[in-house]
Amino acid sequence: MSVTTLSPRGLALRQPNWFARLLDYKPFLIIVCLAPAIGLLLVFLTYPLGLGVWLAFTDTTIGRRGIYVGLENFQYLLSDPLWWGAVFYSVFYTGVATFGKFALGFWLALLLNNHFPFKSILRAIVLLPWIVPTVLSALAFWWIYDPQFSIISYLLVDVLHWRTTNIDFLGSAWPARFSLIAANIWRGIPFVAISLLAGLQTISPSLYEAAMLDGASSWQRFRYITFPMMMPILAIVMTFSIIFTFTDFQLVYAITRGGPVNSTHLLATLAFQRGIAGGELGEGAAIAVSMVPFLVFATLFSYFGLARRKWQQGESDD
Amino acid sequence: MTDAVAQPTNVASAAPDTMAWDSRARRMMMIYLPLACFVIILLFPFYWMAVTAFKPNAELLNYKEHNPFWISSPTLAHIQHLLFNTAYPRWLKTTMLVAIGSTFLSLLASTLAAYAIERLRFRGSPYVGLGIYLAYLVPPSILFIPLATVVVQFGLFDSPLALILVYPTFLVPFCTWLLIGYFKSIPYELEECALVDGATRLQILRRITLPLAVPGLISAGIFSFTLSWNEFIYALAFIQSSANKTVPVAILTELVSGDVYQWGALMAGSLLGSLPVAIFYSLFVDYYVSSLTGAVKE
Repeated sequence: MSVTTLSPRGLALRQPNWFARLLDYKPFLIIVCLAPAIGLLLVFLTYPLGLGVWLAFTDTTIGRRGIYVGLENFQYLLSDPLWWGAVFYSVFYTGVATFGKFALGFWLALLLNNHFPFKSILRAIVLLPWIVPTVLSALAFWWIYDPQFSIISYLLVDVLHWRTTNIDFLGSAWPARFSLIAANIWRGIPFVAISLLAGLQTISPSLYEAAMLDGASSWQRFRYITFPMMMPILAIVMTFSIIFTFTDFQLVYAITRGGPVNSTHLLATLAFQRGIAGGELGEGAAIAVSMVPFLVFATLFSYFGLARRKWQQGESDD
Repeated sequence: MTDAVAQPTNVASAAPDTMAWDSRARRMMMIYLPLACFVIILLFPFYWMAVTAFKPNAELLNYKEHNPFWISSPTLAHIQHLLFNTAYPRWLKTTMLVAIGSTFLSLLASTLAAYAIERLRFRGSPYVGLGIYLAYLVPPSILFIPLATVVVQFGLFDSPLALILVYPTFLVPFCTWLLIGYFKSIPYELEECALVDGATRLQILRRITLPLAVPGLISAGIFSFTLSWNEFIYALAFIQSSANKTVPVAILTELVSGDVYQWGALMAGSLLGSLPVAIFYSLFVDYYVSSLTGAVKE
């Protein structure tokens, strides 16, 4: 006992130089500790964010410093049917995919919340689509959506005889749009399910017991206990999901690259096509900046979700 | 009045009914069947990836004579092609370097930041925490164009170092929040004892706080590793030469060529590129789930 209390003191006495004392000076220590994180974020996040807004008001191209052109880029975008198409598909993609992810993810979470053998293994397996690099699973989907050798077409035509021709998944606008949404839902279900499962496990069983005694049906238990108790975590997970679905890039870029005939461009893929591939940095930045209002909306949604959570837990508002 | 009486009796009579329904068959239909469907759909793309990777080309494009769900004569030709005729090993090495480098950097930065915010409490520390949290909400899709010009300004274009420095922008906010949660769970008394015994702040961090936060560090570490392994848009925008590409970018830009897709090689590449993350994941599943859910709950 005495040895353990002595050893730190011995260490402190051994190095009473100015540097050690400087590190014990709290304001200095705080600055040293925060410097790497804040520095990295300022240089590679805040500065580029500001630079992006500035670029959106210039006509910069790759290799040429641009000049200030005011709102010209945005005026051009407003008259550009491709940009409107991308806005439409981004909103549609986010709306349908989020709805699908949450409906199916919530269902999966409820299923996983039951008791059955090999539960932890199953939970581990379910997360796989979310762990694996999106581009690589997107390639698998590209192969599954192949016009000639699609395994889904094979199942429907040759095994089940429900159709007589192969489905052309990616060849025309609407099938391509829905194929991408299906791939996005597939990728998003695990995250939603595992997050919501964690929320489900925090609901006290005594609430259900009390409701059972009062004779509540299983639908009533879901509607009046599970759902309201899950609201706060649902709001947070949904905000994250909406932000990252709206700004999705990988799936679309890997599977269709915005085609056929630009019908599946999201704002992010359009920004990449114009900004990096086309070299029009100013215009690409303007497209990226045009995503911000949607993101601010989603973040406010998150804020009110959080505020409600504090109130529900009986904590004081601060 | 009659309504008020009628309702409870109604519910009461329904309750035994639901109990009776709770039989084995019902459980089968309501739980196991949907679960099986979910698992099959969630895993099928991986199965399809693996089956395609080991199928000879003749079987790959001939569904009439061969059952597409099975391989009659498995082959390693696609994997061999990948390892010896392409720069795949090089891409794997670059990806590994970038993932380890950025994980190390973000762990270092976020441990110190989380310690300062949670333990060295100062005026405004909650606001610094909130600022770092807000950084997590800025998606890479709106940053990559200006970041590309910044990377060029720094002379880092086409260098893996650019990725190592840029990835912490989305790793640090996540890790910091995760670690703040872990530091919160360590009692203050332990640190106070050490202070009384004359330990310096850094000694406290190194000898007391960090050893107790090891589960948090592991969670943050594997999370960072996976996220940087999977990152795509920055790697696509900042790297040009074939040799410096990361696996996800290289497979999409180098292996997809011409009109005839080499599905066998593509799927073999995807399988090999997913394996390191999948193995890593299977070793640390519990840390993984706890970090995912912990971050959401914070």
